[in-house]
Order: sequence, then C-alpha cells, then structure tokens
Amino acid sequence: MPLPGSAFAPEGSPVSLTLSPDTRSAALYRAVEHAFDAPFGAALNPLKHLGALGFLFFWLLVITGVVLYIVLDTSVEGAYKSINDLAQVPWMLGIALRGVHRYAADGFVIVMFAHLLREWMLGRFKGFRRVPWLTGVPLVALAFVSAIGGFWLNWDRLGQFSAVSTAEWLDTLPFLASPLARNFLGGVSLNARLFTLFVFVHLGVPLLMVFALWFHIQRISLARVFPPRALAWGTLAMLLMLALVLPVRSQGPADLMSVPASLSLDWFLLFIHPLIEATSAPVVWALLVIVFAGLLLLPFTPVRPEPVAVVNPDHCSGCSRCFEDCPYSAITMVPHPNGRRGMQLAEVRADLCASCGICVGSCPSSTPFRSTEVLLTGIDMPQWPIDALREHLLQGLASMPGPRKLVVFGCDQGVRSRLGAPDVLHLGMVCAGMLPPSFIEYALRGGADGVLINGCREGGCEFRLGQRWTQQRLTGEREPHLRGSVPAERWRVVWTDPGDEGQLITALDEMRALCTPGATPPSLEKTP
Amino acid sequence: MNRALNWTGQALLYGSFALVVGVFSRWPSYHPVAQNEAQIKVSFIHHGARIAECRPYTAEELGKLAPNMRAPMKCERERSPVRIEVEIDGVSVLAHTAIPSGFSRDGASTVYQRLNIPAGEHRITVRMKDNMKSSDFTYVHDSTVTLQPAQVMVIDFNPDKGEIVLL
Repeated sequence: MPLPGSAFAPEGSPVSLTLSPDTRSAALYRAVEHAFDAPFGAALNPLKHLGALGFLFFWLLVITGVVLYIVLDTSVEGAYKSINDLAQVPWMLGIALRGVHRYAADGFVIVMFAHLLREWMLGRFKGFRRVPWLTGVPLVALAFVSAIGGFWLNWDRLGQFSAVSTAEWLDTLPFLASPLARNFLGGVSLNARLFTLFVFVHLGVPLLMVFALWFHIQRISLARVFPPRALAWGTLAMLLMLALVLPVRSQGPADLMSVPASLSLDWFLLFIHPLIEATSAPVVWALLVIVFAGLLLLPFTPVRPEPVAVVNPDHCSGCSRCFEDCPYSAITMVPHPNGRRGMQLAEVRADLCASCGICVGSCPSSTPFRSTEVLLTGIDMPQWPIDALREHLLQGLASMPGPRKLVVFGCDQGVRSRLGAPDVLHLGMVCAGMLPPSFIEYALRGGADGVLINGCREGGCEFRLGQRWTQQRLTGEREPHLRGSVPAERWRVVWTDPGDEGQLITALDEMRALCTPGATPPSLEKTP
Repeated sequence: MNRALNWTGQALLYGSFALVVGVFSRWPSYHPVAQNEAQIKVSFIHHGARIAECRPYTAEELGKLAPNMRAPMKCERERSPVRIEVEIDGVSVLAHTAIPSGFSRDGASTVYQRLNIPAGEHRITVRMKDNMKSSDFTYVHDSTVTLQPAQVMVIDFNPDKGEIVLL
C-alpha cells in the first residue's frame, strides 16, 4: 500500500513531506537510462557520466589541439598546407590526430546537450542547483565560439565559408562601425592580423572555458572530471576508429574570389550558418536570445524551500566527516565556539545545502545506541530528525504483529511507494546516505529479523554521493561503518530507481526466505 | 552468455554513436550558392560630404571659446548620408541610403550587401552620391561583365581614384 510522505516525519512538522511526484519527463529519461544499464552496467552507463564524458572530450581536444598548434603554420598562406599535409604523416598518425580533434569536438557538443537535457528532464536545475545550471549555460556559447573558430584556422573552403558567414552575421549587430565582412572581399588578401585573431579565438576561448568549467563544478565536491576508466578507453577507441575509417579532410584552399559550390558541413558545429541562410541573421539572433534567456530564467521557477542541515555545537566533535561526505561542499569546518584549542565545528552554508541528510548519516553522534532519551546528534535535519527515525523504528517494531519482522530503510528518491505488508516496517528517507549504518544493528537488536537498505541505482543517486557513501559505509570502507559482527545474512542492500518496485519486492521475498522469525538476540539492552 | 551480450550491446551503442558523429559531421552536403549562380558583393566605406560648409568663426564666437580652442574655421561635424543604387540588366536590385556612423553622425557610411545572380553576361549600373542635397549622383559606373558560376564580384569605391570599381 503506497503511503505518501516520510514515514518518520515529526508531528506538526512545518514542512509538507509529501514527495513531489516523479515527473513524466524524468520517468521518460530514466527509461532510456535504464535501457543503457543493461549492456554497460549501472556504474558504467554513459548516460550517467555525461558531464565526465564532456570533460574527457575537452581534455582530448586540449591534448590534440596542442599538437595541432605545433604543426600549424599560423600565416594565412601557410595554414592550409600545414594542416593538409597531416594526411601524409606515416602510419596515419596525422589523420588520427586531426580526426580525434574534430570528432572529440562533435562528441563534446553532443554530450553537452545530452547533459543539459538530462538535468532538465530530471528537474535538476533549480534550488541549490541553480548556480551550476547558470554557470553551465555560458559554456554552451563558449563551446560553439571555440569550435567554429577552429574551422577558420584551417583556412580551407569550409573555413572560408564559416568565417564569411560569421562575419556577415555579426555585422547585423548595430555597434560595428564598419562591416567585418569587408575583410573577406574577393581580390583582397586576408589580413594577417585577422588571422591572428582567429588563432586567439580558437585558443583563448577554450582557456575561458577552463575557468567556466571550474565555476560550473566548484559547488560540488569530488566532481568527476574524468569518466570511469573502461568508459574512457571505450570512448577513445571509438574516436580513433572513427578518425581512421572516416578521415577528416580539408576541402581545398580558401579562395575569396569564389563561393564554395558544395561543402561537407559539420552539422553539429556549423548548423548556424545554414540556419542563417534559411531564415535571416536577425531571426537567428532573436532565436539565440530566446533560447539563452529561457535557459537562464529556467532555474528561477519557484521551489518549495527545504529546511537545511543544522549543527548542534554541543554534540559536534569536529571530526569533519560531514565536511568530507557532503556532495555539495555545503559544510565548512570553523573553530569551535567553546574555545578549546584545535577543536572544530561544522558550519552549514544554507544556499549550498541540498537537504539530503547525508551529513546526518556521516555523523558518529547519530548512532541510535546512545542512551540519551532524545537522540541529539552533531548535525541533523530539522524536518527529519534522527531521533524521530529511532522513535519510529522502535514504535514500528513494537507494533508489528510478528512472527517475522523486516525493516526497510528506503530512499524516497528511488522507489517511491512504501511496502505495506504486515511483516514489513518501511521507513522512508530523503536519501539512503542519511542512514547511519549503526541503525541496521540497532534494528536487528530491536527485534527485526532482517534489514533491507534501499537506494537509487548505482550512478543515479539524486544527491550524487548518497549511494556511494552508503555502500562504502556498509562494507567498512568509510566511516562510520557497519560493524563486522553484524550477521551479513540478516541485512542486504538493493539499488532501485522509480519503476523498479518489482526488484524491491523480490529482494524482500528473498529476505523473507533467509530470515528466521524471532532470531533477534542480543537485545538492545546490551549496547556496543 | 550475458557477458557476450553485454559486450555486443556496448559495441553496438559505441558504433551507433560513431555512426551518428561520422555521418552528420559531413552529410548532407551544403551548397552555399545554387548551381550556375554567381555572387555580387556591394560593399564600401565612404565619408559623405559635410552637411554645412566650413566658415570662419565670427569675432563673437571666437570670444566665447577658450584660447586654446580658437581655430580659424568652424566646421560642423555631421556628414550627409550616402545613397547607392545598383541595377543589373536594367532591374534595380539595391537602393540603399547609408547613414553615417557615430553619435554625431560624423563617421563613414558603410554598405555591405550580398546578391546572388545567375552566372553569365550582365550589364551592371552603379550610382552613388555622397551629398543628399544634390539631385544628381556623384559617381556612376556602367559596364557589362561576364560572371562564372560561383564567382564573387565586388562592387567597391576606390577613394584614391575617386571612382566605383568592380573587382
């Protein structure tokens, strides 16, 4: 029976705890993503590493670009020959270099738009994600400026067409005193200084992109700027194969006395030129303004404000585990106000906090075995206090008819319905990472026959690191860890997304088969 | 078996990505000009005549100026727009009045216009005047040219020669 809201919401909570429904666009995107899970596995699914793949393409562009710049003759007369001669380099090295550079640029644009689409479809563009979204939007423009500028450097027929078309398009802006397109009139040799500007555009703008990318990811901790190794090798192999099978070739030296009659156009990077021809320069400017204004305004759609994590100085030991585990760098360590030398205190930056509760799960003071009447921890979520979780667990276990008692600690971002069987106590949490591992042992000692921990599929955590930290805490790789003495057959984890309800039910049935009713001692009275 | 299927699936997906990139980075071909078409670019940068002739300052005007600003002649900055008309085979294809640049309208007037026409022989007439008070065109060029397919011909103004040129 599905129950709305968090199972351990305190009475009179000022915040409505009804989960927002999984939107149709999010469900659609997840369906596509899940289809990729099958061949790649959830951890290596490229659709879950779009940002990191974008970085990979960017690094490849930088590396191949540096080599290309070394061989490039930066004069108007020599540029074409220097790049065209790459086709003569033995063992197809020049062809591979040029092809990887071009196809990496295409790949970058594709994954950039896929990344943008993913975050939009999953609704990840507002609230605490507003700044990463806003800093990502200018990257779209910078990527195209840089990519289009790269075609000019080659100074072949395609570069000529692109440069002239861009100049004519820019000339429609009112602030230019003389038309840029006059630099490309037939019978006039291209100005060497202008060619230097081309070099600057193609080298300077990527440098700006490095800064923009840094701004884009600086609000998230442990940002992936490199995809998993297997995915990186697979992508590189694919690019190399493509570069060798379909070599990128120059299309004849530029000649301003004639218009290229037919061009093999890179539609990913140069689509704007035919679009201008098909419509008009002002129409394309207007389209760009509308698109970018829409992208920039999107994150300002209203969101329901969530209370953020609150530090309790009396219970914070300054261990900095929450600082290390916060996925959004919302926690900093400051000197503790008690004045004790060297002691620190966690401090939460409200504008960065995602209200995911992962910090609560990382806090050693969150252990339910503490013998205080009210469980106060070092850092807590006011809307879902850890004490309420302990209370609901104890009350739930006490009210279960038995003989079998199973507890599910379930992430509300994954499977969104509660399991309503009489032998199941399903406690919903905003993120699986909020669960201190000691709660598993506590539940078993409190009368549970088995505990199931449920979170989002690998690589698909709503709060980036909740699934990873939970996994590591349970396997003892990360503090606070689950004690090794907890019987392994009495607990298990299952990673499910919305739509994977069947998997959760299957996992629960397997637990039912494994767990012996009433096998509960040692009791809670014997605390570790 | 599952592993083999997964590898096959991955290979297919990598291949599909490569195919999409490989195909749309070169196909379909784009034709900036239609077959058997040539291009004419009408472009110039030209200063129009001053709106008012220079005249000597009156003694009263000179008296109001700071000593270092006193010059013998007073010249208004504003310039006249420049009018250009182009006819091809007797048909008007461009008639444009270019406004001087700058807030005070004291800069050059500029024109850049691209025209696609069928290749072949054409009679081209260009008329330009840089003083809108004048009823006649200051500069006129009339000639017959033969344009090859995809050829670019430029109509410009050569300030040194003081005439309209076809390049």
